[in-house]
Amino acid sequence: MNILSVKLPDVGEGVTEAELAEWTVKVGDIVKEDDVIAAVMTDKATVEIPSLYDGRITWLAGEVGDVLAVGSELVRIETEAEAVAGDTPEPIAEPAPDPDPAPEPPSETAEAPAPAPRKPAPATPAQPGPPRAEGQAPLASPSVRARARQGGLDLRQVPGTGPAGRITHDDLDTLFDQPPRGRQPGAAAGRAKRSGTEEIKVIGMRRKIAERMALANQRIPHITVVEEVDVTALEDLRTRMNATRGDRPKLTVLPLVAAALARAVVDHPEMNAHYMDDEGHVLRHAGVHVGMATMTEAGLVVPVLRHVEALGLFEIAAEIARLSEAARAGKAGRDELTGSTITITSLGPLGALATTPIINHPEVAILGINKMATRPMWDGSQFVPRKMMNISASFDHRVIDGWDAAVFVQRMKTLLETPALIFVEA
Amino acid sequence: MKTESCTLLIIGAGPGGYVCGIRAGQLGLDTIVVEGDRPGGTCLNVGCIPSKALIHAADEFAKVSQFAGDNELGISTTAPRIDLARTLAWKDGIVKRLTGGVSSLLKKSGTRVVSGTARILDGKTVEVDTREGPRRISCEHLVIATGSKPLELPALPFRGPVISSTEALDLQELPKRLTVVGGGYIGLEIGTALAKLGAEVTVVEAADRILPQYDAELTKPVMARLAALGITLHLSARASGLTDEGRALTVESAEGRQEIAADKVLVTVGRAPVTRGFGLQDLGLTMNGEFLAIDDRCATSMRGVYAIGDVTGDPMLAHRAMAQGVIVAEHLAGQPALWDKRAIPAVCFTDPEIVTVGQLPGDAAADVQTAVFPFAANGRSLTVERSDGFVRILHAADTGLVLGIQAVGTGVSELAGEFALAIEMAATLTDIAETIHAHPTLSETVQETALKGLGRALHI
Repeated sequence: MNILSVKLPDVGEGVTEAELAEWTVKVGDIVKEDDVIAAVMTDKATVEIPSLYDGRITWLAGEVGDVLAVGSELVRIETEAEAVAGDTPEPIAEPAPDPDPAPEPPSETAEAPAPAPRKPAPATPAQPGPPRAEGQAPLASPSVRARARQGGLDLRQVPGTGPAGRITHDDLDTLFDQPPRGRQPGAAAGRAKRSGTEEIKVIGMRRKIAERMALANQRIPHITVVEEVDVTALEDLRTRMNATRGDRPKLTVLPLVAAALARAVVDHPEMNAHYMDDEGHVLRHAGVHVGMATMTEAGLVVPVLRHVEALGLFEIAAEIARLSEAARAGKAGRDELTGSTITITSLGPLGALATTPIINHPEVAILGINKMATRPMWDGSQFVPRKMMNISASFDHRVIDGWDAAVFVQRMKTLLETPALIFVEA
Repeated sequence: MKTESCTLLIIGAGPGGYVCGIRAGQLGLDTIVVEGDRPGGTCLNVGCIPSKALIHAADEFAKVSQFAGDNELGISTTAPRIDLARTLAWKDGIVKRLTGGVSSLLKKSGTRVVSGTARILDGKTVEVDTREGPRRISCEHLVIATGSKPLELPALPFRGPVISSTEALDLQELPKRLTVVGGGYIGLEIGTALAKLGAEVTVVEAADRILPQYDAELTKPVMARLAALGITLHLSARASGLTDEGRALTVESAEGRQEIAADKVLVTVGRAPVTRGFGLQDLGLTMNGEFLAIDDRCATSMRGVYAIGDVTGDPMLAHRAMAQGVIVAEHLAGQPALWDKRAIPAVCFTDPEIVTVGQLPGDAAADVQTAVFPFAANGRSLTVERSDGFVRILHAADTGLVLGIQAVGTGVSELAGEFALAIEMAATLTDIAETIHAHPTLSETVQETALKGLGRALHI
C-alpha cells in the first residue's frame, strides 16, 4: 500500500491559486481513478479535479473556501497503484467504473455459527413502530406530553423515533429547534417572533463577485446618466426582422443595443477602454468586446461577446444565446468569461425605471437597459402611444468627464431612436 | 343575605374535591370547598380506607386462627378472639387521622372549607345550609364533586337487616350469617373479611361468575380462595327480597326459588352518582347516561361549571377523581392541563388481590400477544406462603409495546404503580425486561413476564 497525493493541477493559464469550491469525497471514501474528488474555482471558472488513483482517501487539504496554490497537495490516497509520472495523468479508457466501489465487508451469512435460537415471538421491541393509525393516541411519557402541551405542540403530528414509535424528549428538541412551520405556541398564525441567525459562507463564485464589486466601487468614482429613449422605431425594425428571420435565432433588444454600442464607440473610443489605474494609463481597444452581465444560479457572470463590430445582428443574437446558455450551465470557459472592453447589463422585464450600474473593472463604462413600456408622449399637438425605454449608463469619472458621458448617452439615444443610423457607414 | 364570593367553589370534599381544593389553593386561586360531612368523602370515611382497615384486621385474625391449628411454620397459639368494637374504634381512629389530615392540608393551601349542604342556585351561585344558617356564595367557576352512593335494590331497600357497604364497615357485632348480594369487588372484599372474622358468608351474583368485569383467568384464584374460606356462591341467581319475617333472603335462579337464612344482607350491586336534590338538575347540563358529561378538561356543557369524580362516570375510583381534580385546578389557573392519561389502574382487594391496568384480553385487537408468568415460580411468593396467581402482560405483537398489565396474587396491589408507570411511559417489553427488579420480591415476576413475552424467560 502506498500513500500517494493528488496535487492541485494547473487549471488555467496564469492561474497560481484556486479556491476549493466543493469536496465530492471525504476521508475514508473509496475512489476510482478519474472519479471527481473536488471542484476548485479560478477567477470565474470552476474546474473539477479527478483522482489519479484507485484507493481510499486518507487526507484532505482543507475546507471549502480555502485557497490552495497550484501544485500543492489536494488529497492523499491510500492505494496499491504506483505514483503517476508526469503532471498530466492520462485517463485510461476503461469500462465505466463499478458503481459499487467498496469491497463489501463480509456479509452476515459468512458469519460462522448461526446465532443461538432466539425468541420465538416476532416481537422486536427496539424497532420503531409503524406510523400511528388515525385516532391512536401518540406514545409518549407524561413528561413529554406535558412539555408538548406547554409548548402548544400537537403530539399527534409528531413522529416518534423511540422504541415502538415512542416520542422522546429528543424528538421534541428537534421540533422546538426548527424554525416554526405554521406552528407557534399560543400565537396567532404568522405573528410569531423569530430569533436566531443563519451564517452563510461567502465562498466560491459569490466571493469573487463580492471582491470584484468591492474593487469597482472602491476605486471607481461612478457617474450615472439616465436617459429616456423612444424605441418605437427600434421595435418596429425588430418586429420586421423577426417576421422574416426564417430559422435564424429570434432577435431580442439586446443585439440591437450591442450593435448600437459598437457603433457609438466608433465616435467615442474613450468609452471602449480599460483604465489600468495601478499602471497609470488607459488602454483604448480597437475591438469591441461586449460583456453581457448574466444571472446564473451561482450568481452573476459576464460572458463576453467578442468583436461585436464585426458581427451582424443575427450573429450577435446567436452568440448571446450560446454564451448565456453556457454560463447558466456553468460550462463557460475561462476565455469566454474574460476580456470584455465594455459591458451591457439588462434585467429584462425587471429592468425598473433606472438603475445605477457598477462598472466592470477595469472598464470605464457600463450600459444598463431598463424596462420598456408603452407610454403616452406629447408630439406637439396630442398624446401618442410610444414604446419608451430608459437607459442608465455609468462611467468612470476619473477618465470620463460628465460632458463626455452626457454626449455619449445622447449618441446612444439617437442611435436607438433612429436605428438606421446604426448601420450607416461611419 | 350577604353574598360571599370566591374564584372557585367545589361542592364535595371527597378525593376529587379536596385534591382539587388543595391544588387550587397552591396555585393561588381563591377557593371554597363545601362539604356536608367530614372531608374525605366515601373513600376516607366509608370506602377504601375503612374497608382496608377491616380487611387487615380480618387477615391478622385469620392468620392467628390458622396458627391455633396445625401449621407448617410450627407456630402454636391458642384460638384468638376478636373484640369487634375495639377493631372498629381502631379503624375510626385511622379515618379520623386521615380526615383531619385532609382538613389541615386544605387549610395549609389557603382553601376555605364551608361545612354544610350546598344547593346550586345557578351556574355561579350556591347557597350553603350551615349550622349557623344559610350562606350564599358566588363563584367564577363551579366544580361538582358530589360523588356517588350505594345503589339500592327496589326489592331490598336499605333498612333493618339490609345494609349497604357503609353500615357493613361499622358492624359493632359480627353477624353469624351474612349474605352478600352482588359479587363485585365491594361485596367480595367485605364478604371475605367478615368470613375471615368468622361469619358464615353467602354471595349471590346475577351473572354467571364473580367479578364479571374481569376475565375468568384473573378471577380463578379468587374463586379458589372463596371456596377455601367456606364462602358459598350462588351464581346466575337473583335476590328477590326478604322473607316475611325478615330472617332469610329469597333468591331465584334456574333451579327455582330458594331461601338463604341471613342475619344481615349486604347489598353491593353498584354505586349511583349523586346528581339529585341540590339543584344540579336545574342547570340542565348535558348528561352521559346518568352521569355528567365532561370534556378532557372536565368541563360540563355549561361554561364555568366542571365535574370530577364519580358523578362523571366509570371507573368510580378515588385516584381518577384526584387526577381530575388536579387537572381542573391547573386548568383554571391557566396551565395547559388536560386529561390525557393512558391508564387508570384498578385494584380489587379481594383475597388474593387483583390489579388491572390498560387493555384486558377482552378488548384486545388482533395483533396483541399475551405473556403470563405465575407466582408459583417466584421465590418471594413461596416465602409468604401464597403462590397462587400470576402476572400477565398484553403487548403489541410487532413492537412489544405494553398495552395492558394485570396481576392476581397476594400483595399485588403494590405492583399497580409499576404497571401504570409502564403504560404511561409507553414502555415496551424490553424496557421492563431490561430493568433490574429487586430480588427477592414479587416484582421480579413482572420482569419475568416481560422476558417471557420476548421469548427468553429465565425462571420457568
